[in-house]
Amino acid sequence: MSDHHNEHDHGHHGHDSYQIHYSGKDYAIGFALSLILTAIPFWLVMGNVLAPETTRWVILGFAAVQLVVQMIYFLHLNSKAEGGWNMMALILTLVLLVIVMSGSIWVMHHMNTNMMPGMGAENTSDMT
Amino acid sequence: MSDIKATMTGGMTPAEVTARYMAREHHPEQGTLLGFWLYLMSDCLLFASLFAAYAVLGRNYAGGPTGAELFELPLIALNTGFLLVSSITFGMAMISAQAKNVGKTKLWLVVTGLLGVAFLSLEIYEFQHLIHLGAGPQRSGFLTAFFSLVGTHGLHVLFGIVWLVTLFVQLSKHGMTPENFRRLACLSLFWHFLDLVWIFVFTFVYLMGVLP
Repeated sequence: MSDHHNEHDHGHHGHDSYQIHYSGKDYAIGFALSLILTAIPFWLVMGNVLAPETTRWVILGFAAVQLVVQMIYFLHLNSKAEGGWNMMALILTLVLLVIVMSGSIWVMHHMNTNMMPGMGAENTSDMT
Repeated sequence: MSDIKATMTGGMTPAEVTARYMAREHHPEQGTLLGFWLYLMSDCLLFASLFAAYAVLGRNYAGGPTGAELFELPLIALNTGFLLVSSITFGMAMISAQAKNVGKTKLWLVVTGLLGVAFLSLEIYEFQHLIHLGAGPQRSGFLTAFFSLVGTHGLHVLFGIVWLVTLFVQLSKHGMTPENFRRLACLSLFWHFLDLVWIFVFTFVYLMGVLP
């Protein structure tokens, strides 16, 4: 009884602007792909299939692909949602994310390799 | 009441008053979802800084245990499975919500919530186990970064579960109103976002931590 009333409310409010359509097919595809994209990295690492250096890049690649898969099939992200503002916010975030990540790694790597052992070596060589 | 209005607005009819204060430009219908998306993006930056801290400190063991010694990958695989399955059960809840089937939506919400609880329990067990081994957050830079990153994700899952329970109560009380559907759509974004973050946690922290 109250359900019926709400249904009417919803229809009036929405006029089909809920542009996200939740479909079982999308979720099934996303789930199957995610399962595969998760299982392979675990297998690669637990089974010692490849050289560690190669494995590192391969599993990062798998993570990136799974990110895109879940964004499309679970988060239903596309360039048209919210007049493109969703996508713009995402792009800005990705840019900031890359700056934060690569900047930190770059700066701290150089500080580690150049300063810490270098300072120790210089000090000892200066003293002799 | 209307007398007062008339004197205050200088003799305009109510219709004119409304017209004056009505926004003329087109508003996006789903302002809430866009706003929530912006929140998620800022949350993303929070995680980015935690990931950056882990990237920098992740190998500073200070003579303590390493990731290869501590991490139990089968456990992590199981936890990953819990979270992934909870993603699709939440999808089922959204499909039921779209079909305005309150009973089914609530059922799928319960399943999702239980999977979330299972995930959290395993994570708490793992944390306790690590602390018991003397590998608590104060042991080394690696463990500090590890606990803050994984712990922050766990806290998000906890709040997701609290939100889920709240919505369950709301659905029981008010049924599938437009407001409740909107809230469900927001929680759906949040829940899937947590799974997204977890992809990078298990890849970057656990799998790469085990590699030499």
